[in-house]
Amino acid sequence: MSYIKTVDLCKNFGDLEVLKDVNLTVEQGEVIVIIGPSGAGKSTFLRSLNTLETITSGKIYIEDELFVQAEKGKVIDGMSKEKHKALLLEMGMVFQRFNLFPHLTVKDNVKISPMKVKNISEEEADKRALELLEKVGLSEKADAYPNNLSGGQQQRVAIARALAMEPKIMLFDEPTSALDPELVGEVLNVMKDLAKQGMTMICVTHEMGFAKEVADRVVFMYDGVILEEGTPEELFEHPKTEKAQQFLSSVL
Amino acid sequence: MDALNKIITWMPQLLNGTKMTILITILSVAIGLVLSLFLALGKMAKNPLINKPCSAYIFFFRGTPLLMQIYFIYFGLPQFNPALTIKSAFVAAMIAYTLNSAAYLAENIRAGIQSIDKGQYEAAKALGMTYGQTMRHIIIPQTVRRLIPPVGNEFIMVLKDVSLVAIIGLSDLTKVTRAISSSSATALVYIPAMIIYLVITAVFSFIFNRLEKKYSVYE
Repeated sequence: MSYIKTVDLCKNFGDLEVLKDVNLTVEQGEVIVIIGPSGAGKSTFLRSLNTLETITSGKIYIEDELFVQAEKGKVIDGMSKEKHKALLLEMGMVFQRFNLFPHLTVKDNVKISPMKVKNISEEEADKRALELLEKVGLSEKADAYPNNLSGGQQQRVAIARALAMEPKIMLFDEPTSALDPELVGEVLNVMKDLAKQGMTMICVTHEMGFAKEVADRVVFMYDGVILEEGTPEELFEHPKTEKAQQFLSSVL
Repeated sequence: MDALNKIITWMPQLLNGTKMTILITILSVAIGLVLSLFLALGKMAKNPLINKPCSAYIFFFRGTPLLMQIYFIYFGLPQFNPALTIKSAFVAAMIAYTLNSAAYLAENIRAGIQSIDKGQYEAAKALGMTYGQTMRHIIIPQTVRRLIPPVGNEFIMVLKDVSLVAIIGLSDLTKVTRAISSSSATALVYIPAMIIYLVITAVFSFIFNRLEKKYSVYE
């Protein structure tokens, strides 16, 4: 059973077609890395999965159930709202710009959603938040405010915050693109650990080293379509399409 | 020395007027602030049945003179419908100042809310929060700090606008000052009166500066 599957996913911004019939299936436990030049629709695709973008047409299945369906820009009601919301909660997301809540301490950032959305007791949420902060190596920063942390630390908090909702899949939208080069490694290490523990992950990234090391499958997007997909070896060593060859020779 | 003695004898009256001025200022801005939050959220609502009336309200109270609003609430409404008669001039003044400052504050709150980065909404949504939870736990707390300067400003504006209540017979600081001035045939009383205004403004400014510092810890 696939975990998430998109069928003919299309997204237009006005007249601009950003995604054109994107079909992708992700298995449970798989780590997918999406690469491609900017403007290829990678982020839009990722954001469509957890409905931050409303798709123009197509279908998204989660665990073989129709999660979102749209035709000609209109979303067609499928499953019940409760079920939809429950599935949405299974997806954690990490943003390029971290988007931590600046008025809350690091620990409160991690525990607010479990408390408010899942109604977990403060005591339990507290304990869990500290465990997760330890996991990303930031226990000692629990009471600091996000603006007093480095970019790499902020992004690790953002990962802990997403994990606090116990997601089944993690979506990473260029998690290291806003970081100084020397801070990229600490974030990638947390992501690698997560992959090793069997988390299903879809990562949009320009970190080719990470893709080679961690990805089960690499997807190359260009101009709103998936041009090529395969194992890191297939894609990096023997790209079939000319566009992929060009892109890889420019970034490697 | 004669002048100082005169001022001292006027002081009890002046302080009575000051009490009225401060009372109307604090109450109307405080109640107006609560009302303005609903107005601001209402104006930003997608449903036209909610946002249109809220916009119209703000447009009306910002677009007509406060003096006229006070007149209208106290003298005008009873003529349209006797049931709308407000017997107490104080209550009428409170209503006018509250409704008026709510309109100004609502625009400040709306600007504050809209200045919050859209990534905050996205992060909250990705974490499963509803619109109400996002507003309550994420957006509004961040807006509070940005609102302190404009609210402080509104306080100082209202403080001086309260001088208009004389027209419906209330004795605020300005009214008392004028009365003393005409009965004693000297303009001397304006000096202590203006000093009282400046002292109140200074105290408000100090409090709002402290509040701003307190809420800035995370920045």
